[in-house]
Amino acid sequence: MAQAAAIGGAFEERGASRGGGLARRRARIAFLLCLPLILLVLALVIYPAFYSLHLATLNKSMTRFVGLANFAFLFKRETFWMVVEQSVIFAVGAVVFKALIGFVLAHLVHRLPQRGQRAWRGMLLVPWVIPPAMSTLVWWWMYEPSYSALNWLLAGMGFAPVPWLGDPYWARFAVILVNVWYGAPFFMIMYLAALKSVPAELYESAEIDGANAWQKLIYVTLPMLRNIIAITVLFSLIVTFANFDIVRILTAGGPRDMTHVFATWAFKLGIESNDIPLGACVSLFMFPILGIAAVFILRDVHRRSRELAGVAA
Amino acid sequence: MTKWHLSRRRLLAGASSAALAGSVYGRARGAYGAGKLSVGFWDHWVPGANDTLTKLARQWAEKEKVDLTIDYIPSQGNKLLLTIAAEAQARSGHDILAMNTWLPGSHAERLEPVDDVMREVLAKNGPTNPVVEYLGKPDGHWRAVPATPGSQMKGPASRIDLLKEHAGIDILAMYPPDGPATPAAEQWTWDALLAAAEKCHKAGFPFGIGLGTTSDSVDTWGSLFHAFGARLVDEKGDIVVNSDATRAALEFAKKLAAFLPGDAIAWDDGSNNRWLISGKGALIFNPPSAWAVAKRDAPHVAEKVWHHPAPKGPKGRFGPYLPYYWAIWSFSPNKSAAKSLLAHLSTREAAEQLVAASQGYDIPGYLSFNDFKTWNEEGPPRGTLRHYPPTEDQILSIAAAPAPHKIAEQIYNQATITKMIARIVQGGDSIDKAIAWAESELEGFMRG
Repeated sequence: MAQAAAIGGAFEERGASRGGGLARRRARIAFLLCLPLILLVLALVIYPAFYSLHLATLNKSMTRFVGLANFAFLFKRETFWMVVEQSVIFAVGAVVFKALIGFVLAHLVHRLPQRGQRAWRGMLLVPWVIPPAMSTLVWWWMYEPSYSALNWLLAGMGFAPVPWLGDPYWARFAVILVNVWYGAPFFMIMYLAALKSVPAELYESAEIDGANAWQKLIYVTLPMLRNIIAITVLFSLIVTFANFDIVRILTAGGPRDMTHVFATWAFKLGIESNDIPLGACVSLFMFPILGIAAVFILRDVHRRSRELAGVAA
Repeated sequence: MTKWHLSRRRLLAGASSAALAGSVYGRARGAYGAGKLSVGFWDHWVPGANDTLTKLARQWAEKEKVDLTIDYIPSQGNKLLLTIAAEAQARSGHDILAMNTWLPGSHAERLEPVDDVMREVLAKNGPTNPVVEYLGKPDGHWRAVPATPGSQMKGPASRIDLLKEHAGIDILAMYPPDGPATPAAEQWTWDALLAAAEKCHKAGFPFGIGLGTTSDSVDTWGSLFHAFGARLVDEKGDIVVNSDATRAALEFAKKLAAFLPGDAIAWDDGSNNRWLISGKGALIFNPPSAWAVAKRDAPHVAEKVWHHPAPKGPKGRFGPYLPYYWAIWSFSPNKSAAKSLLAHLSTREAAEQLVAASQGYDIPGYLSFNDFKTWNEEGPPRGTLRHYPPTEDQILSIAAAPAPHKIAEQIYNQATITKMIARIVQGGDSIDKAIAWAESELEGFMRG
């Protein structure tokens, strides 16, 4: 008996060591397969990021290291703080509306009969599929200062024309509207996928317990979608904060710089005014803030995923 | 032939390496014995204009045995600007690149000085206009050679009929098709323009002057500031915006803005073109590109458009001029060939061919070149470009001059002048508040 146990132990040990080798080999293959992507990320993301950090520490003619002096200079500029405020209004405003509209659309599409759902899903995704520079040009044509198609329609209905791009506040609304139009389908498709993964039993149980539609939304849907909502909001917030094309095409930051966001202002300073270090500073300003926000949100997502996994086990 | 004709040493070096390569690879490579040259020219919007430039450059390359590569880079979508920025950072790319207005000064440290080329070219062609020198010689050295393609004036393009009918201005009596400006042109002042703007506005044909942040707006209001003697920063780099001249210019701008299209604040460089072509406006400030497009799309409008100098102000008649240049990167491996090509393209014969190919749009930077026949012949209406090139009573200018280059560049590109006006007209700022804002901006531009 003891001998049998010893033989069994030896087999187990050999199996474990064979298993460990296999795992190591698999890890090595996985690493090699990922290597091209890692190199690509290093070349196209990590290197430019560090290079822009380096640029941000140079003087205007890029001949001298000035440490954080460019940031100190920016913080004293009235226009910079206006750009910060506008970027926050633009990003937060657009993301809130994208999330709300995406959430509502996802529910509407989810409730559609399966047969027609695919066509609706496809149609609603169109704004997100068209390259934004192209669709924004169409919006620009609709807003165009002198020949706005929207104003033509308004005039036809007896309303006064709206200075879509000529008035700073209308212009802010116009750029946010285009961003929402472009981005809402992404939220819709993410929420729709999440909705489809919510077990039907949960709704059945809630119904048996006498929950109404609102209660089902608050106590079933939202908790089940919390992770996807957090991730999409975080992702969209980062992308919207970095938005360039919509503002650049529609207003180029005007009137009176009142629609500039970080990327357009950085382009204005760095490329158009040839102050690359200052442009780099503007573009890097949101990096630590978004980085910290990302850490907290992703930590929360991770914690909830583990809780859910625990519940499932 | 200029002295940048390829040096004998370089030619021999090229020829010997070609001979060596020929012996190794078993084929002759002597055709391009003087090396390679890569050029990025500005992509002209006039159809066929690039062909003439290509022809001139190829003629030179054939004669000098240079393997020449030409790229035409459009300025639309900032393609040329981005190419320049990328090559400056990478220290690699074309040997020669086209650069407009402020760029030779912006990249002065990275450009090969071309004083030697300019010495010879100026000896043959005579002096350039002052704007060309101010922008091309930012640190006492010529950093680029003035280019004919793209160089332009931005005076008014007026509707002959609308100005006559609604404002009582006979622009042809001032600037006739067959001769120089008449004494009546003395009456073409900013005050006359203001009065005409009011009348045309009432008649439903407002003047199309933008108040945006792009070049056309900045150039127009910059010439107004010059005409009133208003400067933001002087030659020494001192902030002088807080002056009576600035107040007078802003006061005038406020009055004029009341008669402009309500959305002029959102205009870009295409807006005024569309305004004229659509027949909605009686006057814009623009090179003949709007007229040229109208010839194709709205000939009934084009045949009533007349190009002429800017109005006169208390300090004179200031005509906005925007030059293009050809610059050689300091990292170019074939500077000698590059200089030789630029000298070849700077001759009077080359410039005359280029102006003809551009249908009169281009205005070379050399004062003695303002007599090409193309401008007298273009039409309809015949003679519309007769007064487009600089005239003697005009002081050529660029907004933000005479500030030191690095500061002026910021003033121009960030549209400080038009933003001051916009703050007053739209933002409700007082003139003093707008000036105080500009002072704060200008302090920021002083950063080294």
